[in-house]
Amino acid sequence: MDDEPRGGLLDQSGMEITNLPERGFLRKLADWASAKSMWILYYCTGCGAVELPPVMTSRYDMERYGMGPMATPRQADLLLITGYLSVKTLKRVVRSYEQMQDPKYVLGHGSCTIDGGMYWDSYATVKDVGLYVPVDLYLAGCMPRPEAILQAVERLQGMIMDGTADGWMRYKRDYKFYRENQDKVFKRGPDWALEEPVLK
Amino acid sequence: MAWSTTTWVMAALAPIIVFLAGHLFMGITRKITARIHRRRGPPVMQQFIDVFKLFGKRTSTTHSWVQDMGALFAVIGVIACSLFIPIGGDPVLSFQGDVIVLVYLLAIAPLGMALGTGSTGNPNSAIGVSRGLMLMLAYELPFAIVIVTIIVHFKTASLGEIVEAQKGFLDWAILSLPLSAIAADLALQGMLGEKPFDQPVAPSEVASGPMVEFGGKYLGMLMIWHAMSVVVEAGLFVNLFLGGGVLFGGGTTLALIGNIFVWLALTLMVFIFSIFINSVFGRFKMGQALRFYWGFPTLIALIGLSIAVLSNLGVF
Repeated sequence: MDDEPRGGLLDQSGMEITNLPERGFLRKLADWASAKSMWILYYCTGCGAVELPPVMTSRYDMERYGMGPMATPRQADLLLITGYLSVKTLKRVVRSYEQMQDPKYVLGHGSCTIDGGMYWDSYATVKDVGLYVPVDLYLAGCMPRPEAILQAVERLQGMIMDGTADGWMRYKRDYKFYRENQDKVFKRGPDWALEEPVLK
Repeated sequence: MAWSTTTWVMAALAPIIVFLAGHLFMGITRKITARIHRRRGPPVMQQFIDVFKLFGKRTSTTHSWVQDMGALFAVIGVIACSLFIPIGGDPVLSFQGDVIVLVYLLAIAPLGMALGTGSTGNPNSAIGVSRGLMLMLAYELPFAIVIVTIIVHFKTASLGEIVEAQKGFLDWAILSLPLSAIAADLALQGMLGEKPFDQPVAPSEVASGPMVEFGGKYLGMLMIWHAMSVVVEAGLFVNLFLGGGVLFGGGTTLALIGNIFVWLALTLMVFIFSIFINSVFGRFKMGQALRFYWGFPTLIALIGLSIAVLSNLGVF
């Protein structure tokens, strides 16, 4: 596992990120704790949700990794997007993502999040979630089996401990890029909160 | 009254013991719950990792200073409670009537949380808080009757003296007041917020209720509060009914350390018993919980009280 190339090292333009901030001992310890206690916010659209109950329950037992479902974005660390997003639901995903507390991670689960999957030619679905929210790790498959989900979790844990799961930093740094893409898809009403904290 | 050295040391150690034991107990019981579900479960230290992670978060959204104060209120309230609980038979703060003070103090921390969550403006937290207060109204009735029974039975309202009076195994109140012990344990289930009385934080109904807007350090504070209050509440049951864990007499430091471990073991047993009930039951509706508490537990608490009064009068 350890010799494999890991994702998250490239920024949106395909450039390798070399200016990762130095991490002190305490920050490394906090990252270790983040990796060992990832609380999940499910964004269960479509068929993706079907593969998660086996992961949670006794057969595969996700809690071994310290993971568990959380009720609200405020409490969660990992946004799990399981399946395709329509133009309408993307707004909710972005909103949930912005309500989460840093550091936060996104796992794109299933082929739909990568290129639209079987909905590749639909006018109403989002083809690449990574254009709108920073995805740390994609998990291909239609749908991925529980074993694949657990492998992705282990990979993400490794990335968090390395400090390479830096999607939340990219979202702040490249906010203009994400914001432009989001604005192409949906309109923001006057009630759209959290505009300022993200820009800060 | 001047404090002895032991009391000073215990005053510093009591919150730390309760903090460490609370998180350890949560980890152990998460493992036990997992085994009941035929899972492997998280590591025993998972609760420490969770709290450390929450305090390591870079951002924590706050809505107003009332929310900051509410989280502090909860933790400080439970620390104050830990000073009143005799850990290993040696309470830090002990005076005539401290049981009654403790019963009021136990309500301080949840009220602090209610204050903090009320300021966030989320409708789910308002529902959670109202459910929590209603549940408190429900279980406080049998619990208050049990407290009166204990005071009548031992003819003292000081927790230290209550523990002192249960020196021998046969003097334990669970043997002399079995009905009150059952009522107190049922009330404890609601106090700990375990199923079937977890309506205030029901994740699938009200999105974790009071905690709904709490993230990062604020959620960490609430988790510390919850872990500590588990030890305080289960420990109160141990002090009232199981002799307060005083196994070794003599009053030496070694005996005190031994008694602390016995107290912790008994507290863990009481908590595990509650977790057994938790892991096989569903959740009551709010009205069902109210009707339950004001029915059977209140009835047997009243019978226990009359038995204590009558035996005091020399009827039997």
